[in-house]
Amino acid sequence: MRANIRISVGEDLPSQGDPLRAPGGLSKLQTIGLSVRYGNVVALRDISMDIPANRVTAIIGPSGCGKSTLLRCFNRMNDLVPDASVEGKLLFNGQNLYAPGVDSTEIRFRIGMVFQRPNPFPKSVYDNVAFGLRINGFKGNMDDMVQHALEQAALWDEVKDRLKKGGLTLSGGQQQRLCIARALAVEPEVILMDEPCSALDPIATLAIEDLIRSLAGTYTIIIVTHNMQQAARVSDETAFLTAGPDQGGYLVEHSNTRQIFTNPQDERTEAYITGRFG
Amino acid sequence: MRVRSGLDRQLQMLEDEVLMMGGMVEKSVARAVDALSRRDLEESEQVVKEDDLIDRKRFDIEERCIDLIATQQPMATDLRILIAMLHITVELERMGDYAEGIARISLLMGQEATLKPLIDIPRMAEKAQGMLHKALDAMVNRDTVSAQQVCSEDDDVDALYDQIYRELLLFMIEDPKTIRRATYLLWVSHDLERIADRATNIAERVMYLVTGKMEESGASKY
Repeated sequence: MRANIRISVGEDLPSQGDPLRAPGGLSKLQTIGLSVRYGNVVALRDISMDIPANRVTAIIGPSGCGKSTLLRCFNRMNDLVPDASVEGKLLFNGQNLYAPGVDSTEIRFRIGMVFQRPNPFPKSVYDNVAFGLRINGFKGNMDDMVQHALEQAALWDEVKDRLKKGGLTLSGGQQQRLCIARALAVEPEVILMDEPCSALDPIATLAIEDLIRSLAGTYTIIIVTHNMQQAARVSDETAFLTAGPDQGGYLVEHSNTRQIFTNPQDERTEAYITGRFG
Repeated sequence: MRVRSGLDRQLQMLEDEVLMMGGMVEKSVARAVDALSRRDLEESEQVVKEDDLIDRKRFDIEERCIDLIATQQPMATDLRILIAMLHITVELERMGDYAEGIARISLLMGQEATLKPLIDIPRMAEKAQGMLHKALDAMVNRDTVSAQQVCSEDDDVDALYDQIYRELLLFMIEDPKTIRRATYLLWVSHDLERIADRATNIAERVMYLVTGKMEESGASKY
């Protein structure tokens, strides 16, 4: 029951033999030489990486290395930043997200986002979840869709008797799960999470982490986090970014999470994850 | 800026403790075999008693490792050091038990002389001790080449064990009255062979510590 949204086909389909594509074309997202500038400031430099489908990929790195900038490229949130310019390619299901004719609003339905601080609308729990579907002109059974999204977000049992109450009356952890439900309601393929637990207490954090794991396999999830233990707990793959002076952020190492946290291949990754950075 | 110097210091202290425990085990093996050769029951008794110190050391080190894992969330090399130390400590504790076993055999023999003058058994003990020493040096120096050599040296100990086994078997075939005394020596040589195997395990843990790869160096015959 996917919402009827289509991404315009860009002109930059990767060739069959493109070495950057995962075997069987399983990359959900792929960046090729992606660089981002804010005016004259280079925020990200030459990032080439594959994001596998239906897996959780964590992006870690020190402050200012461009993690959030990279995340925001994946659903073109950087379009909203004045002076931001993007070079290189970013492919979603093999199609260039930045090709002319691609509608960034449509992209944001297919590639949802959850932010650092829970940001429910000042509306009821129900209306928060139904919001995207309504905008999208959804004509099916709204109650079912809302319940399904809340169930997926592991929030249904806690809110089923107060769907008409304001979303802002929920606890911080519940609000964040509500925001995840809101993102899930439009049935995206990818969910971007920008430090989704940084404003939550440890128990609410673990609940969100459990939720992320339960969604893996169905959705492609990319999570930016400063909490390395969290990256180790929830992700299948981890990418480490760092930044040099005046150079912008760049990718140092991207591998499966187990490898990154037990035996990283680059000494900069080792220094960062063991807390000896700097 | 150097951060986590506290963790660095604690990891270093932990390794020093493991080295100290290694020294205790080396000494225990040497004393057990020496007491057996000299039929010094008092010394054998002492080796049995002092194994308690080795056991206690093992628990101390394990507790330190658990504390560091729980409080420091170690990753990458730090994590591998802690895991390697935990494993190495268990290996050392078992080696201590084998030394104690040799001392207990000596006590079982009582005032009785050994079946034959001990030649290969002290050689085996020396080789096994040497392997342990080298494995611990490899740990300190993060030296995978030396660690690999330790694994190769296990073949020499195995060959000595074969030799002792054949020799003792001949004794038993020729004169069944020697079976009990020959069996004592066979047990001793088996304990030494196991000590060498444990030294090999330590060397493998050193290779894991350095490379992050868990591999057996090569299957032992025993």
